Amino acid sequence: MDITTYDSGRRPVWCPGCGNYGILLALRKALAELKLAPEEVVIVTGIGCHGRISDYMKTNAFHTIHGRVLPLATGIKLANPKLTVIAHSGDGDAYAIGMGHLPHAARRNIDITLIVHNNMVFGLTTGQVTPTTPIGVKTKSTPFGNFEKPINPLLLALASGATFVARGFSAEIDHLKEIIKEGISHRGFAFIDVLQPCVTFFNTYTVLRERVYKLEESGHDPSNLEEAFRLAMQNDKRIPIGVFYKREEPTLEDTFKHAMNPPPAERLPVKVDLSKALTRFR
Amino acid sequence: MGKDWPLSILVAGPAGAGVFAASLIIGRVLFRHGVNVFITNEYPSLIRGGNQWALIRSSPDEYIFSHRRLADIVLALDNYSARAYISKLSERGIILCDEKDCGQNYNEHIRAFPFRKVLEEYKAPQVALNTLASGVIFGILGASKDTVSEVISEQFKHRKEYAELNLKLINKGYELGVALSVGQFPQLSKKVEEKRRLLIDGNSSVALGALAGGMSFFAAYPMTPASPILHFLAEIQRDYGIVVFQPESELAAINMAIGAAYAGARAMVATSGGGFSLMVEALGQAAMTETPIVIVEVQRPGPSTGLPTHTAQGDLRFVIHASQGEFPRVVLAPGDPGEAFTLSFKAMEIAWRYQVPVILLSDKFLAESYWSIDEFPSLTPSPGSVIRGEYQGDYARYRITEDGVSPMALPGTKNALVYANSSEHDEYGGGTIDPQMVRSMNEKRFRKYESLKSIAEKEGVKTYGKGDKIIVTWGSTKMPILEALKSLKDIRVVQVLWLEPFPEEALRKELAGSQFVVIENNMTGQLVSVIREKLLVKPHGFLGKYDGRPFDPEEIESYIASLGWV
Ligand SMILES: Cc1ncc(C[n+]2csc(CCOP(=O)(O)OP(=O)(O)O)c2C)c(N)n1
Ligand code: SF4
Repeated sequence: MDITTYDSGRRPVWCPGCGNYGILLALRKALAELKLAPEEVVIVTGIGCHGRISDYMKTNAFHTIHGRVLPLATGIKLANPKLTVIAHSGDGDAYAIGMGHLPHAARRNIDITLIVHNNMVFGLTTGQVTPTTPIGVKTKSTPFGNFEKPINPLLLALASGATFVARGFSAEIDHLKEIIKEGISHRGFAFIDVLQPCVTFFNTYTVLRERVYKLEESGHDPSNLEEAFRLAMQNDKRIPIGVFYKREEPTLEDTFKHAMNPPPAERLPVKVDLSKALTRFR
Repeated sequence: MGKDWPLSILVAGPAGAGVFAASLIIGRVLFRHGVNVFITNEYPSLIRGGNQWALIRSSPDEYIFSHRRLADIVLALDNYSARAYISKLSERGIILCDEKDCGQNYNEHIRAFPFRKVLEEYKAPQVALNTLASGVIFGILGASKDTVSEVISEQFKHRKEYAELNLKLINKGYELGVALSVGQFPQLSKKVEEKRRLLIDGNSSVALGALAGGMSFFAAYPMTPASPILHFLAEIQRDYGIVVFQPESELAAINMAIGAAYAGARAMVATSGGGFSLMVEALGQAAMTETPIVIVEVQRPGPSTGLPTHTAQGDLRFVIHASQGEFPRVVLAPGDPGEAFTLSFKAMEIAWRYQVPVILLSDKFLAESYWSIDEFPSLTPSPGSVIRGEYQGDYARYRITEDGVSPMALPGTKNALVYANSSEHDEYGGGTIDPQMVRSMNEKRFRKYESLKSIAEKEGVKTYGKGDKIIVTWGSTKMPILEALKSLKDIRVVQVLWLEPFPEEALRKELAGSQFVVIENNMTGQLVSVIREKLLVKPHGFLGKYDGRPFDPEEIESYIASLGWV
C-alpha cells in the first residue's frame, strides 16, 4: 500500500503553506506503513480547517459537529471495536467547545487516536483566540492582546490518566508519521497534540522550527510518568516533540465484553426474548 | 358504604420511608389476585425530607386508567401524613397510622396501631414500618398469604435476611388487619388469570420496546424522570448483551449514540427537556448525516430545571421544531405502557427504515406510573436494508434515490467507503456548496417525509367511545380522560399518537361534523395550535393544566359538565 491508496482525489482548499498539509501527509504515510485497508479505518473530524481532512482521505469518515469528535468516535469504537478509529480535532474544537470530553476520553481509555491540529488560533472562523493562544497575542477577538493564560494540553491529558501522550510538529512529517503509527498501534486512548502553524492567522513556523527538539534523541523513557509531567511543563525556549508517556491498561471496550460477541454494530435485528426482563413485572 | 370496587389506597410518608416500595408491594399483591391495578406517585426533588405519596387504585371488573382524588385507605407513615391526608379520605375511608402519629385528632376514620412498639419487639428498623402497615391492608382485604409472601420474597430477593424479617412483620400486620374487622372494603379472592398480564411503568416499557426493536447501544446522562430507563437497562445489559453507558453529558450521550448508529448499532438515548436542549444540535446532525437515532424525551414542567419530579406536556412545540434548518423527523407520543412499548419499537424501526431521527415524547406521569396491562405483543424487527460484508458497484452514502432513502453501508464493508458528513455534502459525502447539489440533497431528504406522512395518517390517531362530542388529547392525559369517560355518555376521545408528521387527514375525518375540545397538560394549548395550523379549525374549547400534576378525572368531568355536554 502507498499513500495514494488514501487519496480521495479531492483537492485541498487549505491556504498554501498551511500546517494541515503536513498532518495529512503524515497520516497517509502512517496508514500506508501500517498497511491498514481504507475500509478498516474511520476518520472522525470536527468543524474547523482541520475538519476538512476527512474530505481528502479515502477511508470511512464522519465529519461531525463542532467539539463532538470524541464522543462520536467513542460511539463508533464501542459499537465496532474492529474498526481503527482516528479522531481529528482543532485546538478550538478540542480545547474550547469540546474540552468537556477530553479528560473523560482519557480516563476511560477508549481505544482511539486523537490528533489535535493545534494552530493556537481559530482558523476557519478567521482568526480568533483559542485556549492555546499564547498570552498577549493579538487576534481578531483580542485586539489588545490575549488576556487568558493558555492551557497545557499535554499536562491535561497526563493528569486525566491518558495512556499515550505525544506531541508532533506538522513540519516534521516523518517524525509525526512515526508518532501517529505508534498512537494507532497503542491499545487505548492515544493523545497527539500537533503543532500546526496557521500561515494566515498565526504563523509560528520560524519560532517552532527554532525551538522544537525530539525526545527520542534526548533519550527520554516514555514509561516515566514524572518525567513526562516535567517535560510537558517545558514550553519556553525548547519545545519537546515525540512520545512523552505510554502505558498499557484495560480499555473501555474491555468493560463491555458482555456486549462484544458480536459487537453491537454487527448485530442483526432479530426477535428478542424478553421473558427474563419481564419477570419482575408479572 | 358498600364493598364496591374500585378501591383506592394511598401510602404517604417522609422521603426514605419506603413509600414507593410499599405501594409496589401492595399493587403487586392486588395484581396477583387478578385485579387491575394502577399506581402513581408524587414526590419532591429531595432524597431526604419532604413528604411523598403513592396511590394504588384497583378493581377486578374494569381497567383502571388513572387515580381519583379520594382514597379509601390511607397508610400514613408519619405524623404529618396522618394529619395531611384526612381531607383525601372517601366517605368509607380510614387512615392507618401509628398511635403516636395519629395525635389528638382522633375521629371515626382513624385506626391507630402500636406500629413502632411492634417494630421494637421484632428488633426491626424504623424503615420496616411500611411493610408492617402494608400487612394490615392485606389483612383487611383478606389477601392470600401465599401471594403476599411470594411478593415479599421477590421484593427482597437480593437481601434474604430482610425478606424473613419483613415477612414476619407483614404477618403480624395481617393479624392486626383481620382483628380490625372493618366491613366496608371489598375482599380479594385468589383467582388466577389465564392470560398473563403485566404491571408495568412507562419508562420500563420504553426500554423494552427498544430492546424488542433490536437496540444494542444505549447512552444517557441522568435526568429525572428519564433516569429509570438508564437504571433498568444498565441492570439487564448483561442478559441482553448490549452496551449501556453513562457518559459525561447529554452532548456526549447523543453523539456517542450517533457514532454507534453510524457504525451499525441500533442506538437510543433518553433524557428530559433540559437534556434534550443540549442534544438539539446533534439532533440536526443525525438528520443531516441521515443517521438513525431514537431519542426519548420524558417531559417534566419547565422551562429550565422547572419541577424536576413532576409532570407536564409542555415540550410538544419544542420537539417538533427543535434544531436549525429543515428536515424530516418523527415525533411519537405514547399514552400508556402498551403504547410506550409498541411506539418505542416502532421508533427504532422507523429510524432504521428511513434513516431519520425519531423522538419518543413521554412524560413523568406515564414514565413513573404503573398500569396493569395485557401482555406486550410479540414483535419482530424487520431485517433492515443495511449493507454489510461486500458492496458491488460504486458506493455513495447519500445516493439520490426515488424515496429519498440512500443505501446505508456500514464502515468495514468491502468496496464501500462510508462518509457521513454533518455539513452539506454531495452523494459521496464530500462537502459541497454547489447550489444544484444543495437543492437536490434537501429534496432527497424531504422525499422521506411523504412516506412518513402516509404512515402517520394510517397509525397516528386512535379513538375511544362513540359520540358526536369529542375530546382530543395526546400522551398520558388520555388516561384520566378515559377514567372520566366511564361516567360520561356519548363522548368520543381522540388521541393523537403521531405528532410529526401530523396525521391531519385522519384527524380531519375524525372531527368532521362534530364539536371538539382539546385537553392537554400545558398552559398554552400546544396541540390546539398544531391543529389550528394543520387543519385550519378551532376547537370549541380548551382545558389546560400547568401545576405540575396530571389531570384528575374529576376536573375533566366538571369541565365537560360546564360545556353542557352531559
Ligand atoms: C456550535 C458551533 N459554534 C461555532 C461554530 C463556528 N466555528 C466553526 S470552526 C470554529 C473554530 C475552529 O477552530 P479550530 O477547532 O481551532 O479549528 P481550525 O479551523 O483552526 O482548524 C468555530 C468557532 C460552529 N460551527 N459550531
Ligand atoms: S486559515 Fe490557517 S488553518 Fe485554515 S487553512 Fe488557512 S492556514 Fe490553514
